[in-house]
Amino acid sequence: MNLDFSQIVPYIPFILEGIWATLKFVSVSIVVGFVLGTLLALCKITKIPGLKALADAYTSIFRGTPLILQLMLIYFAIPQLTGYDISPFLSAIMAFGLNSAAYVSEIIRAGILAVDRGQTEAAEALGIPYKPMMINIILPQALKNILPALMNEFITLTKESALVSTIGYLDLMRRAQIVGADLYRNFEPLLFAGLIYWIMVFILTKLGSLVERRMRYSD
Amino acid sequence: MIKVKELSKQFGENLVLNNISTTINQGEVVAVIGPSGSGKSTFLRCLNLLEEPTAGDIFIHDQEITLPKTNKLEVRKNIGMVFQHFHLFPHMTVLDNITYAPQKVKQIPKSEAVEIGKDLLSKVGLTEKEDAYPNQLSGGQKQRVAIARALAMDPGIMLFDEPTSALDPEMVKEVLDVMKDLAQTGMTMVVVTHEMNFAKEVADRIMFLDEGKLMEEGDPATFFQQPKTTRAQDFLGKIL
Repeated sequence: MNLDFSQIVPYIPFILEGIWATLKFVSVSIVVGFVLGTLLALCKITKIPGLKALADAYTSIFRGTPLILQLMLIYFAIPQLTGYDISPFLSAIMAFGLNSAAYVSEIIRAGILAVDRGQTEAAEALGIPYKPMMINIILPQALKNILPALMNEFITLTKESALVSTIGYLDLMRRAQIVGADLYRNFEPLLFAGLIYWIMVFILTKLGSLVERRMRYSD
Repeated sequence: MIKVKELSKQFGENLVLNNISTTINQGEVVAVIGPSGSGKSTFLRCLNLLEEPTAGDIFIHDQEITLPKTNKLEVRKNIGMVFQHFHLFPHMTVLDNITYAPQKVKQIPKSEAVEIGKDLLSKVGLTEKEDAYPNQLSGGQKQRVAIARALAMDPGIMLFDEPTSALDPEMVKEVLDVMKDLAQTGMTMVVVTHEMNFAKEVADRIMFLDEGKLMEEGDPATFFQQPKTTRAQDFLGKIL
């Protein structure tokens, strides 16, 4: 069998730097997706018709087209339209953040709707205004219920982040490909990168169950 | 004082409240009774605008709260409400449940809110539960916390929506006792209830609703011994 892992040893530091490159934009994208997704979810449950239609249209567009197409549109089309030479990093954050927000908004919307209507009524009866009611009473209960679904979304985002290799961002995936081209051997660097992705997702999963356990304090 | 004038509430085609007028005086305890589906809860929920009346006016201390420009949150600050299913905030401790609204809504400093909260907990006999979470309490304890939570806002009026209907029989008394104590402090109370003994003993007045109409009202002794309407006679005949 033609397998020789010793050949990739000199390239290991180069590949490992990709972890940081990947984590950097994935974590920012997760935050962007979560904040924007929460706001979209609130728009979807409001009684103001314009906001709801807007949020629904947003979700429809970003869920209805391929992520790689959105990524390429942002990376290649923004310079063409505005003359602004957007960096791969910023393109990646925009594409992944905006895309993730569409999915997260649906998860959070479902989470809010699953909180007993009586919680809202109790808060209203006490005279608590909308914003503190959402932040302190409804969302904490919603988040607790949807944590597994949110973790799923974050894991998907972490893995799909490999798509940025197509716009020349030097993430984990791109680096493995470069090493493969350099060595004329693809199996070893790709397998190595795969192992790192798996470890990252494994750690993320563990963090998720830790948070989940913590949120069960009141049970 | 609560003044209700020709109050009606319609859900689609369904007329749930039909032209109800009454006045509830300061310090009065009114029990609202009637068969299920008679509109008792809807009537109560109109008083703090959890339901918006379709027609009619409601005045609280001479302020007309049914005007479109009314700030509902302001109105509700002065009206406490206790629900059949408690609706405590499950992710907060008992004490936090009680102190949250005074801090957020009335900007009372935390130390003061805690003092108020502890005082109320001792009044409802649950001092030792201040750090417990609602899921660790029995139904009767939950409802007593819910009463304390409403009282923490120092309301002038308290609304009770079937406060003992979701409780196991042996826990009904502890909740009714708290309500009796409250009635003796001169609190204005409107209580939707199926507890006829409580209505007899504690209420100053009975409102009997049927099919959305206020069929009759009067003092408990007269109402229970000589109900005027046949609907009330039927109803009492079935439950007593």
